[in-house]
Amino acid sequence: MNPPVGQRKLRLATTSLAGCFGCHMSLLDIDERLFDLLDRVDLDRSPLTDIKHCGPCDIGLIEGGICNAENIHVLREFRRQCKVLIALGACAINGGLPAQRNHLDLGQCLQEVYLTGPGIVGGRIPDDPELPLPLNQVHPIHEIVRIDYFIPGCPPSGDAIWKFLTDLLDGRTPRLGHPLLHFD
Amino acid sequence: MNTPSLLLDGLPVPFSVGQTIMEAATAAGIFIPHLCHHPDFKPQGSCKLCTVKANGRYVSACTMPAKDGMEVENNSPDLNDKRRTLLQMLFVEGNHFCPSCEKSGDCLLQALAYELEMLTAHFPQFYPDRPVDASHPEVLLDFNRCILCELCVRASRDVDGKNVFALSGRGIGKHLIVNAESGRLADTGFALADKAAHVCPVGVILAKRRGFLQPIGCRRYDRQPIAMQPARPLASGGNGPES
Repeated sequence: MNPPVGQRKLRLATTSLAGCFGCHMSLLDIDERLFDLLDRVDLDRSPLTDIKHCGPCDIGLIEGGICNAENIHVLREFRRQCKVLIALGACAINGGLPAQRNHLDLGQCLQEVYLTGPGIVGGRIPDDPELPLPLNQVHPIHEIVRIDYFIPGCPPSGDAIWKFLTDLLDGRTPRLGHPLLHFD
Repeated sequence: MNTPSLLLDGLPVPFSVGQTIMEAATAAGIFIPHLCHHPDFKPQGSCKLCTVKANGRYVSACTMPAKDGMEVENNSPDLNDKRRTLLQMLFVEGNHFCPSCEKSGDCLLQALAYELEMLTAHFPQFYPDRPVDASHPEVLLDFNRCILCELCVRASRDVDGKNVFALSGRGIGKHLIVNAESGRLADTGFALADKAAHVCPVGVILAKRRGFLQPIGCRRYDRQPIAMQPARPLASGGNGPES
């Protein structure tokens, strides 16, 4: 798994947008193969590192769909900096289960959660400018920026992520077949 | 007289006169992708997934009668690309959130997407907003997953004799409706024992309180890819009382 002599290590960035971090857990599910992975790539911005902004990278892994303004800024930063951008998991690919809010009125959702829901006394809808505004609908990331590859699954299995990444790192066209390819 | 036969991807496939390309292929154990075709029903050719090239022309295998000496192309990159695009169109037209769907692992649409290695639905999502119908005591309807194959329409009309379902509207507005003045399934003669309750290839018509019974790994398409499986068993759905 060591990179060929003279070849620099690749840089990998990851992030979670409107995700549940489950895809990152699945990435960690490659278990001891993480050591092999880290022989070949250095991690840039990621929930697993302390790097605040994405530098120039070879691969960006994006988990989660787009549900608020900050998601869009982060996604655009990744697109600017990463040569190859991968949508990881159902949310990034089609909005996922969070997109089930798309047929609800956002204002009514916020009211119910912060004002009228059971057990809420003296609540208010958070309005500090520090907080990113939610979008009226959840979107897949390919509706915001161009995406190079898609790894489906909720989450994709560690084996599927491993197969996909090693195909890519070894210069093969990444392929997932039965039973690694699944949407659930 | 010799048995007539056609050439399917170069393989001779015998058939009896009157059979379609689909019937001849199925009898020979060769898989042609399909959604609206069901061996129990008259073919209607609406999903176009079974498009093959017969003597150089694109035709629906489910409606085209087999002819002696016909050369049919089925499993080719060209056809599979077109089929994948059709699947992607179906996926964005509906709300196919497989992670929470009771039909996942047992769904024909999903199994075909796996078979054709569809990694993403590619097109912008439509996110339709059609309310579920939970009025019936035994069956739930989620219209946002409907692919308009009309199997339930055909089953209810032709087998059950109840005419519970119909398609209404035009173009992208076309959708499945329940034939009752109220539009509610509870106000029809529909019953869980009906054929129509078990023909839905996706997750629209679901028996209540039976979801997620099958452990992951044991569902129909977990075990084997769809192309490796014997033809779909007659008159059963993954979600029915008999399964």
